[in-house]
Amino acid sequence: MAYETLRVVGTRPIRPDGVDKVTGRAQFGADMTMSGQLVGKMKRSPHAHARILGIDATKALALPGVKAVVTSADFPEIPDEMAFVGEGPMNFRDLSCNCMARDKALYEGHAVAAVAATTAAIAEEAVALIEVSYEVLPHVIDVEAAMAEDAPLLHPRMITQGVSPAPTKPSNIAKKIVFALGDVAQGFAEAEAIVERKYTTKPVHQAYIEPHACIAAAGSDGQAQIFSSSQGQFMVRAYAAKLLGMDIASIRVTPAEIGGGFGGKTLVYLEPVALALSRKCGRPVKMVMSREEVFKATGPTSGGTVSVKIGAKKDGTITAAEAVLKYQAGAFAGSPVGPGCMAAFAMYDLKNVTITGYDVVSNRPKVAAYRAPGAPISTFGVESCVDELARKIGMDPIAFRAKNAAKNGTKAAYGPTFRDIGYAETLEAARKHPHYQSPLGKNQGRGVASGFWFNIGGESSAAVNINEDGTAVVVEGNPDIGGSRAALAMMAAEVLGIPVERVRPVVADTSAIGYNFLTGGSRVTFASGMAVVQAAEQAVAELRKRAAISWDIPVDDVAWADGKAHATGASVGKFQPLSLADIALKSARTGGPIGGKAQINAQGAAPGYGTHICDVEVDLETGHVTILRYTAVQDVGRAVHPSYVEGQIQGGVAQGIGWALNEEYIYDKDGRLENPGFLDYRVPVCSDLPMIEAVVVEVPNPRHPFGVKGVGEVPIVPPMAAVANAICDAIGVRMPDLPISPPRLRAAIDRRAEAAE
Amino acid sequence: MSKHHVSATVNGEPVEFLCEPQETLLDVLRDRLNLTGSKEGCGSGDCGACSVIVDGRLLCSCLILGAEAEGRAIETIEGLAQGDKLHPLQQRFLEHAALQCGFCTPGFLVAAKALLDCNPDPTESEARFWLAGNLCRCTGYDKIIRAVLDAAADLRKAKGDARHGL
Repeated sequence: MAYETLRVVGTRPIRPDGVDKVTGRAQFGADMTMSGQLVGKMKRSPHAHARILGIDATKALALPGVKAVVTSADFPEIPDEMAFVGEGPMNFRDLSCNCMARDKALYEGHAVAAVAATTAAIAEEAVALIEVSYEVLPHVIDVEAAMAEDAPLLHPRMITQGVSPAPTKPSNIAKKIVFALGDVAQGFAEAEAIVERKYTTKPVHQAYIEPHACIAAAGSDGQAQIFSSSQGQFMVRAYAAKLLGMDIASIRVTPAEIGGGFGGKTLVYLEPVALALSRKCGRPVKMVMSREEVFKATGPTSGGTVSVKIGAKKDGTITAAEAVLKYQAGAFAGSPVGPGCMAAFAMYDLKNVTITGYDVVSNRPKVAAYRAPGAPISTFGVESCVDELARKIGMDPIAFRAKNAAKNGTKAAYGPTFRDIGYAETLEAARKHPHYQSPLGKNQGRGVASGFWFNIGGESSAAVNINEDGTAVVVEGNPDIGGSRAALAMMAAEVLGIPVERVRPVVADTSAIGYNFLTGGSRVTFASGMAVVQAAEQAVAELRKRAAISWDIPVDDVAWADGKAHATGASVGKFQPLSLADIALKSARTGGPIGGKAQINAQGAAPGYGTHICDVEVDLETGHVTILRYTAVQDVGRAVHPSYVEGQIQGGVAQGIGWALNEEYIYDKDGRLENPGFLDYRVPVCSDLPMIEAVVVEVPNPRHPFGVKGVGEVPIVPPMAAVANAICDAIGVRMPDLPISPPRLRAAIDRRAEAAE
Repeated sequence: MSKHHVSATVNGEPVEFLCEPQETLLDVLRDRLNLTGSKEGCGSGDCGACSVIVDGRLLCSCLILGAEAEGRAIETIEGLAQGDKLHPLQQRFLEHAALQCGFCTPGFLVAAKALLDCNPDPTESEARFWLAGNLCRCTGYDKIIRAVLDAAADLRKAKGDARHGL
């Protein structure tokens, strides 16, 4: 079905869950209570790396009010097995060991035991009474130190994958990957200008404002319920079942409203532990993390080093590009270095390119996905280097990018040939934007950077039920992290031909709708949207059939338009149109309830590109950077609800600015995190930012009924380089290390002054 | 450990509760009074998700003890709408799509109300500095600021209309 005239898609209705969220009625993870519930608390390792010699819970269990204690002994030991239910592959065994340390604590904050008690105060007291004896081991925090020959080993069995012949000695390098196209040596030989530089980024946390929270209840019949805040109720169910050796059908997970995730809630920390406690004592157990626990034991994304070398001719043609990426995975293998490598040069049409990536473990919390996982790190390096190269050959940075831009038919270094991409369109829109021509003052500068993200499709289930009064319910299975209920309801309304206010979207629990891959990869509006459209189309087919029955004419003579069945063909003009409500009212007499459902594995996701312009002013005395103006251009395919599309872009930019200027994990010499709170881990606040102008470019994705491409991840990719390039433009100082915090920038300014003397 | 008996008003209604000495006002609101609209994002006064107005003053309810609420008038997000009529701030937040996940929203609305109570015509910069104690990780603040400034204009207009007997 083609949708040429759109009535609903592209408008800005009020979101269906809006009133709940502005009145405090919406139920987030910590808002649910169950009769007889206990409070669960985690005992965590104070050491960055330690062997667990023994755990004695005798005193804790003797405390009145304590109902259960669990340790790794309460979790089945699972073999290595890769799981694909979260964002990116995850080893079930590692996940189990991350939820509850087995032999060793691998980072400060690693869970070693948990308690359930009648009150929070008793649970906290009991946690303190659990005695854990440790043999403290040497630890390693920095990624390159972890790669050294004599580094302390986290996993004595870890042999680097992707190296031939396979190493015989274990190391902290989990994996090496290489992507190559053409002949890099030849390409550099042809270059007339080359820039080569090493960049570093620090781990940054997703810093969703809602800490992880859940409540779990196990019954004596082996059936369990979990209510939790996550990016996927089916992900929680799969992980909880696996980690506790239960049947998937025995666990029902109800998604709470989610108070931000950004990738950080695509795996579990609390749910299996709360369920294990509940199984042991027979009462519901609620667990809510503190902010300190969130920082120490969840997320963040990798920090890393990115070495980039790019060569070009004087006319701006890039002849060769090379990058080496070393990403921290945290305590278990699985950094986003793969997508980091693939995204690194995906903005460019390159003949000769080599990208090498290393996935490295160290004594930090296991990284979790964070918005376009891996891409912001490599892109910071590449887009900084591109800027420097453009300056070196005296070319405008947008013109330089346009000359080398990936286009339809470009073969990416990681394999695919791009189609229906809108990168050039974003560059053109940025070039033409008044921002790009506006004047700048003293110590002010302008930076440009671009970014890429894949976007995914995947498995989605949806149902559209037509109610007897002509309203409709959309049943879907993806937690609404930023307006997806609105987008899905709008697409259903478009297909059904009724006002969006008459469509009620519901995010169902795992027993009420078929499987849905989680909310991640910028997939929901694309993939679940496709499922909703197909379900709604099925409902329309049924509505046409019912009209045909009422009129006693062939169904082929019934057309659906504007929410009504119209007689066409031989029957045209013989019957008054029947509205959806008319047909719904009589559904019992024409065959029963009307609805449609779709269970699909959505294919055909299209990558997204963005180009950002950032103006800064540098205070030479303090090293403080003020963001003066920011414009983010992005190809979104089609904006279903433009306000929420703009919101995704603005939010991604704000996170990127925090990554660029302030945010970092700071460790002391013992491997303990020194800034596990919002006072010292500084995310951007209102007064740090200007308005952020989101410019939406629409190059439709022909493989989606409304042309949708993923939106949410692209906007965090360009900002770090855009900010760094603007600083360089302002004061001529290239900052290759993030964050560009005031002390660091001030030191760089001082170094330049000393060098000049 | 004996509990404190506390009498206060919450959103204009008298309430009584018993609380432990160490319980925060946020704990009391959420766990004893079943007002879960105020959220805990940090427990240390850094995120503003638990913002409430106590005797006309904007505070983080995680930084006050429940026992300190004795005799005080507390306003929470649950009291912002009048019956089923949304406050202009709530309405503008919806129209501007000034929320994504919605977790910080109650705190922002309460903090913005406190702003407009004392400064009915804030500049963008004043609004940004007043709201700098509330963290939002989703929106980049752009639409929040627009919503607050528009709601301020709505309230000024309503007040002007009332003054002119309209």
